Amino acid sequence: MKDLVIIGAGMAAGRLVEHASEQGDWNITLFNAEPRGTYDRIMLSPVLAGDKTYEQIVTHDAAFYEDKGVTCRFGERVTAIDRAAKTVTGDNGTVSYDKLVIATGSEPFMIPLPGHDLEGVIAYRDLEDTERMMGLGAGQKAVVIGGGLLGLEAAAGMHARGVDVTVVHLMGHLMERQLDEAAGYLLRKELIERGIKVLCSSNSKEILGENGRVKALVLDNGTELPCDLLCMAVGIRPSVALAKEAGLACGRGIHVDDQMITSDADVLSIGECVEHDGAVFGLVAPLYEQAKVAAKTLAGQEAGFVNKETATKLKVTGCDLFSAGDFAEGEDRDDIVYRDPARGVYKRLVLQGDRLIGAVMYGDTADGGWFHGLIKDKTDVTEMRDTLIFGPAFQGGAALDPMAAVAALPADAEICGCNGVCKGQIVEAIQGGATDLGAVQATTKASSSCGTCTGLVEQLLAHTLGDDFQMPTAKPVCGCTDLTHEDVRRLIKSQELKSQQAVWQELGWKTPNGCHVCRPAVNYYLLADWPVEYQDDPQSRFVNERKHANIQKDGTFSVVPRMWGGITTPNELRAIADAADKYKVPTVKVTGGQRIDLLGVRGEDLPSIWSDLNEAGMVSGHAYAKGLRTVKTCVGTDHCRFGTQDSTGLGIKLERKLWASWTSHKVKLAVSGCPRNCAEATCKDLGIICVDSGYEIGVGGAAGMDLKEIQPLTKVTTEDEAMEQVVAFVQLYRENAKYLDRPYKWIAKVGMDWVRERIADDAERARLVAAFELSQSIYQTDPWAELSQEQKARKFGPMADLTLEAAE
Amino acid sequence: MSWIDIGDINDIPLRGARKVKTAQGCIAVFRTGEAEVFATSNTCPHKQGPLNEGIVHDRKVTCPLHNWVFDLETGEAQGADEGRIMTYAARVEDGRVLIEAAKLGRQAA
Ligand code: SRM
Ligand SMILES: Cc1cc2nc3c(=O)[nH]c(=O)nc-3n(C[C@H](O)[C@H](O)[C@H](O)COP(=O)(O)OP(=O)(O)OC[C@H]3O[C@@H](n4cnc5c(N)ncnc54)[C@H](O)[C@@H]3O)c2cc1C
Ligand code: SF4
Ligand code: FES
Repeated sequence: MKDLVIIGAGMAAGRLVEHASEQGDWNITLFNAEPRGTYDRIMLSPVLAGDKTYEQIVTHDAAFYEDKGVTCRFGERVTAIDRAAKTVTGDNGTVSYDKLVIATGSEPFMIPLPGHDLEGVIAYRDLEDTERMMGLGAGQKAVVIGGGLLGLEAAAGMHARGVDVTVVHLMGHLMERQLDEAAGYLLRKELIERGIKVLCSSNSKEILGENGRVKALVLDNGTELPCDLLCMAVGIRPSVALAKEAGLACGRGIHVDDQMITSDADVLSIGECVEHDGAVFGLVAPLYEQAKVAAKTLAGQEAGFVNKETATKLKVTGCDLFSAGDFAEGEDRDDIVYRDPARGVYKRLVLQGDRLIGAVMYGDTADGGWFHGLIKDKTDVTEMRDTLIFGPAFQGGAALDPMAAVAALPADAEICGCNGVCKGQIVEAIQGGATDLGAVQATTKASSSCGTCTGLVEQLLAHTLGDDFQMPTAKPVCGCTDLTHEDVRRLIKSQELKSQQAVWQELGWKTPNGCHVCRPAVNYYLLADWPVEYQDDPQSRFVNERKHANIQKDGTFSVVPRMWGGITTPNELRAIADAADKYKVPTVKVTGGQRIDLLGVRGEDLPSIWSDLNEAGMVSGHAYAKGLRTVKTCVGTDHCRFGTQDSTGLGIKLERKLWASWTSHKVKLAVSGCPRNCAEATCKDLGIICVDSGYEIGVGGAAGMDLKEIQPLTKVTTEDEAMEQVVAFVQLYRENAKYLDRPYKWIAKVGMDWVRERIADDAERARLVAAFELSQSIYQTDPWAELSQEQKARKFGPMADLTLEAAE
Repeated sequence: MSWIDIGDINDIPLRGARKVKTAQGCIAVFRTGEAEVFATSNTCPHKQGPLNEGIVHDRKVTCPLHNWVFDLETGEAQGADEGRIMTYAARVEDGRVLIEAAKLGRQAA
């Protein structure tokens, strides 16, 4: 009999012993660092959640092995392999081998954060880790770093035990390796609804302790998350240290050939510790195949391991999700997307040519197996392409219901914000005989004020009455949705949609992430309505707003520093002149907005020219923004013999208050010191004419493609009152106008009377002012200062310059 | 096929692009998913708009100057517009972005 030594008694080794004891005459010694035999590691999660016991998941215990004549050395770690002497040394002594199999699996990766070695910081790999988590009880707190499969299993398991769990995930969405953003969004929503806290795009900074025990996790942004236990589930690394020390060839894992033989003919390796043809492993199916091949190799039989295209089916405790094949990478592919907001269903198929190559599903995974089959068999799907997404049962090919989003709303969803009318009331009215818009307006008051919810009321009519209602043709935002801008705005508010993914999913978008028409609009609506919760997405903005500079026809940019109320100083002018010289600016122009434009600056130079101007005390003039542009002023009482009030002073105050605010379209203001109106206030979005008795405020002027005179809003007696009225108007505009409607267009839709009424209402005005200030507390920062920081500035240049190397 | 490593995937914003200078002119490298990239010529055939500054949606980009939309996989202009941009093979491996060397007229480093 020959001696076979196996290091590691994990899932792969268990299978190997089964096959080897059938196929050969071996004297087997089995080492395992864990003080036990083999168990089904995959089932640790049900054990954690309390659905199974450890005894139920044991697959090969000491009795099983002894029965096969295996010498078990459990709880003993192998510390060295001597390939020349053909011996293996464990904690309790040395044993010699004819053949050796290394099956050491992987080790969880621990991020070397300060404090990672504190008591109570654990991984999620074995029974000990599981028992540590099971030791927590109701009311205790746990933090899990890592929003992948393992981390979420740990979180769900502990949550099921009443533990208060927070998941901290570095990437923008959960399980980014298996799920796309939309499915990741639904998973996150479900976990949050269950009571698990989930923080995405969050980077951990350090772990705090007390008396050697973990106390809290601190994030990059300073947030402190107190915890009794911290579980890191951020990935695994093949366990190769032992093999490396023995001089075996290793890459990421231990190199093996198709026969599972390492660089030493007498040493084999199987399991998560190996690297085969560039691939490493993290799921059990291929490892079983490796065990089978290794047993044959040991028995001197022909066998070869083939790493099959693995499709993975996943189940995170209690959430229905499925992902198979390649949905993230590859070329020449098409997407088919289906969303059913009412049922929380999302499906995406990825096609390449005439084949299905990937599928991601959430909420309804019944057809997963069928899709998996199509992927594996490389079936030609050309014929069924149109109806493919509906699954094997469907052959008709009906179009998706454009009314789905409205149909999905709960009865208490607010439809008309002005009059506080919910969907339920409207449906009731329609069923009670109000069968056209006028009748609904009359019975419920819905859509009888500003009118922005008209589209939604009409959809409810169509949905409730079916064919009896003739839908007026409203213009959808773009090809990605059937909803109008007004509908989208209302639904974002009433359904409290706070992320782009929430909008795509809940409103049934037809594309994965919108297009250049809808995405900037949705990004704006989200940040206007949820300034605190939503994070502005630069990738959803047009180049000018992303770059904070106007792009020119030759690809260069313009730079316009702010000149508060049109007032400047010799120092500022000197700094502008210096910058113009230093960056060889071809054109310096006085704009129509009372400030100076540096035209023709190279994209790469933007951060440094901004930084120079910042140093002289100037900030961005937002000459590119759908936001406050300029406040033009005249000289007023300071110098002019006709001036009635300090128009320059008020203009500066207004500009300081409003700068860096984002609005539906650009907003321009002017303050003139008397009715001679030298600041041209009567053709601005908001213009103030000072008179002896106070301030006349008008809104809705324009002098671009349309020429419009302002309409009176109100007249007030003090500067403070004027400021308050202006701020309230800008906020009302921001909250209600369609993206890219200047105020005059918006006012034409909602009516000047409605605007006046809202702003005259004391409580509403106070609310508007408070909402504006909250938003400014976040957004009123100078983008130039932020983007000229070194880290971010780098991104203004090319990512790589291959011309340099080519020249060598 | 030989490949050139041009940098870390996280140097390209998700649904964004970066420019790469080459002897043949500028290339735009787009990131359409966590680990999905495409590379094309950076120059719009309409009036030479810089495509790396466009809005990236699905596997398409919209030119920042006059809103022509290009399919990043085929390089074809979409809709009524007619034109095509050169495409280059690109992929992500271990967090690094690789583009094909051959069309750039040089050997991989
Ligand atoms: C620089 C400036 C012209 C100048 O040299 O004076 C200018 C330049 C541009 N204007 Fe203007 N506008 C400038 C004052 C005006 C004015 C006059 C004013 O503000 O008193 C108007 C008419 C007043 C008004 O807005 O009602 C004006 C009405 C427009 C319009 C039409 C808007 C409309 O709703 O009809 C556009 C197009 C748009 O925004 O969609 C536009 C768009 C543009 C753009 C941003 C076009 C673009 O998208 O590239 C130009 C950028 C040029 C560049 O490459 O930098 N510009 N533009 C002025 C900058 C003012 C500033 O200091 O910020
Ligand atoms: C919580 C959890 C859930 C999972 N869920 C799934 C799933 O749903 N589907 C799926 O396919 N996979 C899943 N996996 C992965 C799966 O468990 C692994 O792929 C599989 O266990 C790997 O088998 P292995 O034999 O290579 O390594 P392991 O099972 O890890 O066994 C290696 C053994 O070697 C021992 N060892 C290491 N070094 C030494 C040494 N020097 N001396 C002695 N002994 C040593 C270790 O203690 C360990 O017991 C999950 C894993 C975990 C942790
Ligand atoms: S008037 Fe026309 S050309 Fe002149 S700056 Fe304004 S947008 Fe440009
Ligand atoms: S230059 Fe690209 S669309 Fe005009």
